[in-house]
Amino acid sequence: MKVGLFIPCYVDAFFPEVGIATLELLERLGVEVVYPLDQTCCGQPMANSGCQEDAAGAEALFVKNFAPFDYIVGPSGSCIHHVRENLTAIHQTPDVVRVRSNALELVEFLHDVVGVREFPWAEFPHAVGLHNGCASLRALKTAKMSEIDEPFFSKPLDLLSKVKGIRFVAPRRPDECCGFGGTFSVFEEPVSAKMGYDKVADHMSAGAEYIVSADMSCIMHQRGCAERMGVPIKFIHIAQVLNGARK
Amino acid sequence: MSMKRIDHAEASSKFIKAKDHLDFHDKRLWDLRTKRDREAEGMPEWEDLRALASAIKEHTLTHLADYLEEFERNAIANGAQVHWAKDAAEHNQIVVDIMRSRGARTLVKAKSMLTDECDMRPFLENRGIEVMETDLGERIQQLDDEPPSHIVVPAVHKLRGDVARVFSETIGTDAKNSDVHYLAESQRQHTRPYFLRADAGMTGANFAVAETGTVVVCTNEGNADLSVHLPKLYIASIGIEKVIPKIEHLGVFVRMLSRSALGSPITQLTSHFRAPRDGTEMHIVLVDNGRSERLGMPDFWYSLKCIRCGACMNTCPVYRRSGGLSYGATYSGPIGVIIDPTFNLRKYSSLPFASTLNGSCTSVCPVKINIHEQIYKWRQIIAERHQLPFVKKEAMQIAGKILANPRMYRAAVGTAGTGIDLLPRFMMYNKLNAWGKQREVPKAPDKTFRQWYLENRAKKRGKR
Amino acid sequence: MSSRDEVLARIRKNQPPPLPLPAAPAFGGPAGSKLERFKTALARMGGKLADPPADGDLDGLIARLFPKAGVICSATPEVAGNRRLDQMRQPAELDDVDVGIVRAVFGVAETGSLWLTDAQFRVNTLGFLAQHLVALLDPARIVLDMHHAYRERSQFDARYGVFMTGPSATADIEGILIHGAQGIRTLTVVLAAA
Repeated sequence: MKVGLFIPCYVDAFFPEVGIATLELLERLGVEVVYPLDQTCCGQPMANSGCQEDAAGAEALFVKNFAPFDYIVGPSGSCIHHVRENLTAIHQTPDVVRVRSNALELVEFLHDVVGVREFPWAEFPHAVGLHNGCASLRALKTAKMSEIDEPFFSKPLDLLSKVKGIRFVAPRRPDECCGFGGTFSVFEEPVSAKMGYDKVADHMSAGAEYIVSADMSCIMHQRGCAERMGVPIKFIHIAQVLNGARK
Repeated sequence: MSMKRIDHAEASSKFIKAKDHLDFHDKRLWDLRTKRDREAEGMPEWEDLRALASAIKEHTLTHLADYLEEFERNAIANGAQVHWAKDAAEHNQIVVDIMRSRGARTLVKAKSMLTDECDMRPFLENRGIEVMETDLGERIQQLDDEPPSHIVVPAVHKLRGDVARVFSETIGTDAKNSDVHYLAESQRQHTRPYFLRADAGMTGANFAVAETGTVVVCTNEGNADLSVHLPKLYIASIGIEKVIPKIEHLGVFVRMLSRSALGSPITQLTSHFRAPRDGTEMHIVLVDNGRSERLGMPDFWYSLKCIRCGACMNTCPVYRRSGGLSYGATYSGPIGVIIDPTFNLRKYSSLPFASTLNGSCTSVCPVKINIHEQIYKWRQIIAERHQLPFVKKEAMQIAGKILANPRMYRAAVGTAGTGIDLLPRFMMYNKLNAWGKQREVPKAPDKTFRQWYLENRAKKRGKR
Repeated sequence: MSSRDEVLARIRKNQPPPLPLPAAPAFGGPAGSKLERFKTALARMGGKLADPPADGDLDGLIARLFPKAGVICSATPEVAGNRRLDQMRQPAELDDVDVGIVRAVFGVAETGSLWLTDAQFRVNTLGFLAQHLVALLDPARIVLDMHHAYRERSQFDARYGVFMTGPSATADIEGILIHGAQGIRTLTVVLAAA
């Protein structure tokens, strides 16, 4: 099994530590991981603005880079959702179809393919508010959403629950959107910021020291809010926790 | 009605500044969402009912012409008269003509979003017909000369002090008394004489049953029944998508409607109007106004399943923090976002971007409309028709070119120690400084992931 | 071409490929007495329940429940009242009724609803202009849920019918619940065999 490591453009540029943690974690688990050096972006920024023509180049390049792999794994729910559900600006060749269906978000890959549940090197003795980004939650269905009446399940919780010392606190609105939404964060700035402030305040009221998420875009937005709010809550990506980060 | 492009973000900014109003609005609608959840959890068949409701609607819409003809046949056999309006203007004219020909000058009406969509009230009032909104929320808005902000709770954006002000200025209540019971009682007492002497009454329809020609109206206040049982003339305005096949199907929809809207098992009154009482007339106006066009749109016809419950508005985090009026249309919130562009693409071009695509709306919709997917599709149409409201097409083209080319991408992103202000514009689009208004910007790292990889992995493998 | 023809033609042109009508399954309800479920649901929706009079004197019961009532108007022969419906000429004449009395056809356990048609109201405005309504209900005539209610097919031949669930209500101002919006202020159900 050869895995192509997909590092979203904004992770590459701003949060390389998340990419590093993802790579190290997969290596620790004995996964053969290759990082295609010519990757750029999945095309979501253009596609989410409706600009299919402008997304086509990035989408074609994505498929070209990742066609040789059995799985394509990336630490971003929204990017992987885009690849699986919306990579439609390009002609759907057999390669495109295959790459799309084999693209998995990191939590999905660890939970469903590797099947790992314990991370003996990990320890995170903090009160954690788990944030499931909306693409991960509702589109990729990595956990039960509050809107649907069904039995409880949560892939991120399955992975995190045995981490030494970790304890969870739940906000009042566990899966209300945090307000990032891509370009929404700048073009609907007033509502976006209010949503982010509300989300941070909700986690703070629950007593969270850290907000942990599989989506760095959500974290980027919430952390930006928290820092401006001047509150001490901290943020970390799930890959970093599972890879053994203590803080 | 203005044709000016709606600026949702600008309107939302004003809404957010009124902190007490915003907090109440957000909490009240979230409370309705929570109540909906409790109803759903109490019914093991909830998801089955959603699937059933969706399938019944999809079947009906794909056979709509036959069902409308069946409805019309049965309505006529019941003694009702059926009129067809191809658009809003024709609807309004038909209503005026019916009233004028019977010498009717006063109209009491129950809540009907369709009549708001057709902008009926000013049309009637300009022709000498007095129109009384009898639903408390709609009446507040009528007296305040403001459209309803929510399709189920029209004045949810107001606090009691606002209502006290409006009533004191219009129906003579005590400006200093904002007790809610006092205000509601005042509206009841003030409205009652209008019911008693009205020449005509009007309702919309939640459902129109083809099998029997029955018009079904769900209210809590009893104002639909009073509007129909008192005057000698009853007019029902019905969007053509409201038809359902049989009486038995009401079991599914009536069980879903109020639970989705308010978290209550049923509305206080579920009224079935089949035929006029002796000596009176019943008129039904079937209205198209773009619905038959929408039926032919493969990506958007599912929006016609809507039963107007408002659950999507209650759950939408953007709607709760911006208010229905910020959408500038009769239909606001998620359902408004996917319907309104069919009325005027340019005017409503910002609405599909007033969304984070979080998908909560789709998951609470009792008829399983794929709302957030349609929002996504509308963005494509808006971009294709060059109606992108803020992002310049050129910026998107540049971004697309850079991200399609590995070397250009690396050149744009890879400089070590690049400050955020030197960030390539394509990554943050046009309104870069908007991010920093209320948020700190991320700090630029020493190196990109790719650079780290080259130094720490690729070298070890003897790669360049 | 009339608007009717134009609209129908456009619909026929645009209708998506046909999708089938699903069969509605029979959903079971929770176990337990339908009567008890009805009582709980009725209370939740703001309706009241009054014990039937031991001596069978319904007029007496109503006088006790509404000691200040002036005009008492009954649509059912089981209660006399003091305002006769057969002398009504206009539905608006019921505006001064303090207490109206009707007999419901059946109740619905799921929701606490009562089904009434124009036959039960005799004058429809009785159910809406009266300040208070008393509804007699045979406890043996309670159906399980709304699916069962809508299967009482002949009831829907009536010119007018309504599921009445508690009194009229609104929460349009700040979400504060008010009973007695435009219609009745209170609904009292008296369990009495028909």
